[in-house]
Amino acid sequence: MAGIVGYGAYIPRNRIRVADIAKTWGADAPSYERGLLLKEKSVPSPDQDTITMSVEALRNALQRAKIDAQKIGALYIGSESHPYAVKPSGTVVAEAINAIPDCHCADYEFACKAGSESMFVALSLVEAGQVEYAVGIGADTSQGAPGDALEYSAAAGAAAFIMGKTNVLAEAVVTYSYMSDTPDFWRREHEFYPRHAGRFTGEPAYFSHTIGATKGILEKAGMKVSDFKHVVFHQPNGKFPLRVGKMLGFTPEQLEVGLLTPTLGNTYSAASPLGLTAVLDIAEPGDQILMVSYGSGAGSDAFIWKVTDKITAVQNAAVKTRTLLDENKVYIDYGTYAKYRGKIRMNDNN
Amino acid sequence: MAIPNYWRSIPQRYRYEAAKCTGCGKIFFPPRIVCDECASRSFETINLSRYGKIVTFTVIRIAPSQFVDQAPYPIGIVELNDGIKICTQIADCNPDDLKIGMPVRLEFRKISQDGTPGIIQYGYKAVPVK
Ligand SMILES: [Zn+2]
Repeated sequence: MAGIVGYGAYIPRNRIRVADIAKTWGADAPSYERGLLLKEKSVPSPDQDTITMSVEALRNALQRAKIDAQKIGALYIGSESHPYAVKPSGTVVAEAINAIPDCHCADYEFACKAGSESMFVALSLVEAGQVEYAVGIGADTSQGAPGDALEYSAAAGAAAFIMGKTNVLAEAVVTYSYMSDTPDFWRREHEFYPRHAGRFTGEPAYFSHTIGATKGILEKAGMKVSDFKHVVFHQPNGKFPLRVGKMLGFTPEQLEVGLLTPTLGNTYSAASPLGLTAVLDIAEPGDQILMVSYGSGAGSDAFIWKVTDKITAVQNAAVKTRTLLDENKVYIDYGTYAKYRGKIRMNDNN
Repeated sequence: MAIPNYWRSIPQRYRYEAAKCTGCGKIFFPPRIVCDECASRSFETINLSRYGKIVTFTVIRIAPSQFVDQAPYPIGIVELNDGIKICTQIADCNPDDLKIGMPVRLEFRKISQDGTPGIIQYGYKAVPVK
């Protein structure tokens, strides 16, 4: 059975506290910290972007998979922050790991769902026997407009998965996707910051699709909520995944390991994929994991993974996600953050 | 850097590809056509280790125009585990914390960009390993 044969994460080391963003805009920090369960978020350095983080996450995945990168037949990156409007991210990453030239590359976009769809397509090509190994990556260096609610959460990170059929760490038991046209969040061409429809992003958008995809995959698999050791939902803030979990009947313990947002922020296309890497870091053979992404616009991809006995040998073969999240952090102030993220208007002389 | 020059150096910038002389074993980074040790013209391609240590470093405070917004930033000579020494920027560190002999790893980073409309040039930087 096809599944994940290698996985890896990357999180930049800079953090900004939600309280420091709130102070800049005269907003009430506790209402963000308690209301959205957000304490701090990751910030990329000026020399980091979706491509650089994807390379580092994939190098970590290769350390676990121990395969020849020349056998990777497809490589997909899902992101809403590809560095170029025209020029693929995937070819740079494929070149960096030496998967070229026998490799099919494509960049995906679907708000926060782009990462899980790259995983879905990579997995499907392996299942179909088209390629021996395929890579799916979710990565973002997301931006929120200054002072906007999104600025408190928009963060940076990447997660990479190598799909294959031999030495599988987590088998893909079943997948299911749930879509509709729901305009809750968007960014038009040439606009720098995205727009969102305020509270409309909740009920008809995140909750309706996450619930639809979860119920759909449970029915397709003939499984129930209590069959899962771990559950990972898309996590735009700390509160939404806990609330949707409760609505569906999951316990906080099932969500705990994969919920990174309170100290990471929303890594968009990397959010539920990074949650899955944190779960795989501590998973035990036989564990069943439910993962449900969500992307505005709108849709959810759901996966049921079953962990194999191969997992224990590779968990320490690369840096663990919680280590990236909790150690070697550097706190920056709002001024440094604004400089790093290109939010300061400069003279155009270089 | 002109696009063709950048493009030609991608195997070294991205994958640390070096040429190992099949005659005497000497490693060249970047590769060259003739070995200066044994005059052999036969090489095999190897990938250098991503890990090494800082041999020496300095902190750039008055930066060239392209790098002004990054100053102050350290650059240094790093000896990789294969014994090859490279000159590279050192990232993700407080310059005051750097020490000679400190272990580092090469990470994939943006090196420069040709303004906002031009291409982004990627490559390696050394990052201290905790
Ligand atoms: Zn020689």
